[in-house]
Amino acid sequence: MSLLAPDVDSVVRLPQQSVRRRVSDRAFLIVLVISFGLALAGLVALLWYVFDTGLPAFGPRLWRRFPSLNPAISGARSAVFGTLWVLAVTASLAVPIGIGAAVYLEEFAPADKWYTRWIALNIQNLAGVPSIVYGIFGLAFIARGPIDLGPVVLTGGIILALLVLPIVIIASREAIRAVPESIRHGSFALGATRLQTVRRQVLPAAVPGIATGVILALSRAIGEAAPLIMIGAFTYVPFNPTGLDSKFTVLPIQIFDWIGRPQEGFTQLAAAACILLLAILLAMNAIAIWLRNRYQQRW
Amino acid sequence: MVNRETPDLMEADATRSLRTPVIVLTRGVETEALSNVGEADDPQTVFSVRGLDVHYGPTIAVAGIDLDIPARQITALIGPSGCGKSTFLRCFNRTNDLIPGAKVSGSVLYHGLDLYGPQIDPVEVRRRIGMVFQKPNPFPKSIYDNVAFGPRVNGQRKGLDEVVEHALTRAALWDEVKDKLKKSGLALSGGQQQRLCIARALAVNPDVVLMDEPCSALDPIATSRIEDLMVELKRDYTIVIVTHNMQQAARVSDGTAFFTAEVRDSGDRVGVLVEYDQTETIFTAPSDSRTEGYITGRFG
Repeated sequence: MSLLAPDVDSVVRLPQQSVRRRVSDRAFLIVLVISFGLALAGLVALLWYVFDTGLPAFGPRLWRRFPSLNPAISGARSAVFGTLWVLAVTASLAVPIGIGAAVYLEEFAPADKWYTRWIALNIQNLAGVPSIVYGIFGLAFIARGPIDLGPVVLTGGIILALLVLPIVIIASREAIRAVPESIRHGSFALGATRLQTVRRQVLPAAVPGIATGVILALSRAIGEAAPLIMIGAFTYVPFNPTGLDSKFTVLPIQIFDWIGRPQEGFTQLAAAACILLLAILLAMNAIAIWLRNRYQQRW
Repeated sequence: MVNRETPDLMEADATRSLRTPVIVLTRGVETEALSNVGEADDPQTVFSVRGLDVHYGPTIAVAGIDLDIPARQITALIGPSGCGKSTFLRCFNRTNDLIPGAKVSGSVLYHGLDLYGPQIDPVEVRRRIGMVFQKPNPFPKSIYDNVAFGPRVNGQRKGLDEVVEHALTRAALWDEVKDKLKKSGLALSGGQQQRLCIARALAVNPDVVLMDEPCSALDPIATSRIEDLMVELKRDYTIVIVTHNMQQAARVSDGTAFFTAEVRDSGDRVGVLVEYDQTETIFTAPSDSRTEGYITGRFG
């Protein structure tokens, strides 16, 4: 008997798929497509509204002119610069502290002890705390209360740093954990100390993942209005921040302020500022994706 | 000049034949090799293991090992899976310390010095006793930086070019990579990666090189190159190799230790050393029936 032409009679016939199973398969697929469609439709409608309303008012004046009571000549220069200032403070606090905490938890903390697990669990929980709660905390302890800094750039930066710290820690931990154990063992076997191993092998290998996490955390911070309003950040600031102790406003607050005003011109300005914010966010996410693809390590 | 702990490679090769009498394994303190410790008095013995047990948490992995490892020879550790030979190998450079819950008891004398003594710094131990792993694990860095990493963490800043070239030459890799030292170590083939890892271990100028199944991830041609390399290296280094491959043990090693797993009354599988002898004897006239059973393929 030829191997290439098997005896037809001996070929096993597979039973036909039952009608019920085919119907339920199809129904499940339809549900999935509808879910996807709804999500997409919401996003498209949002973008359409923002662009339709805001595009006429969008232009360089948004970052060139300070806010004014006349919508025709109003801009968001102080909010753009305020955002940059606050974000700089947030990054310079959240990045070193977050990476340090992640390195401790992954490389130094005893993994089998209850308190390590307890700390890790609480960080996960903190990532889910509503931002307004951070605002209340900031108002009570930092803007007023024992630290009493007032509603200034430093206060805003600290609040947002606290807000995104759990995200930075979680992303950094995952990046550090993704560095294979064999790299650490190879390093130890050459007489490197734990500190040398972390500094020269683990962290460099984890940088792409950490950087991606940091950028995503900062893009969360850039869109926050609630905690900053809570600490008493101003809505109308006709000057750029000059230092950490300067009064400030940020883009989301500026948008919030404009959208509440009755004049048509301010509604357009709010939508235009939304476009600007979205553009900044997209750019940051694009950098994150680029970083991830560029430096992705295959072991 | 060069750091005391990382002498220039050439110079060290010359001094090695004089059998360096001073061993520095503790930070800051220089300890004379204790010459009054029985068997270790023999300068031909690098390691002297007595009554060694290794526990992982509550379970015992290997028990009651007594073994001497001679200098400038290849000693092969063979045996079936789970017999504890890799665990035993890791006792020689204290890499078991890195595994949570692992506990080593008994004594491992290195030139007469107890590696598990209270004064001993495991980091210093690993500088003297290099290791090559089962799966090639080059760092995600350039070939040059892979080899220079060891000397750098040991504080060496000058003369790295010479160290890198020398180590790569010793590992029989220099001719293949000398034009692409800036390329990533991960871009090399598996066999080249493993030779890079050997070069990396040699660059810190160790006394002993431990190899944990160094060829198990390699094809036969790459394996044969590594085996030639081992034979070449044993003139200057003491090599201890764990291997699954009995032919490999027979081809390259001078002495062979056969391990097996015993089932205790408690139901635990415990690794024990069955016998150690000249490789030829082990493979032609083993004194234990279990060794004979393993090498003739009756089990394992």
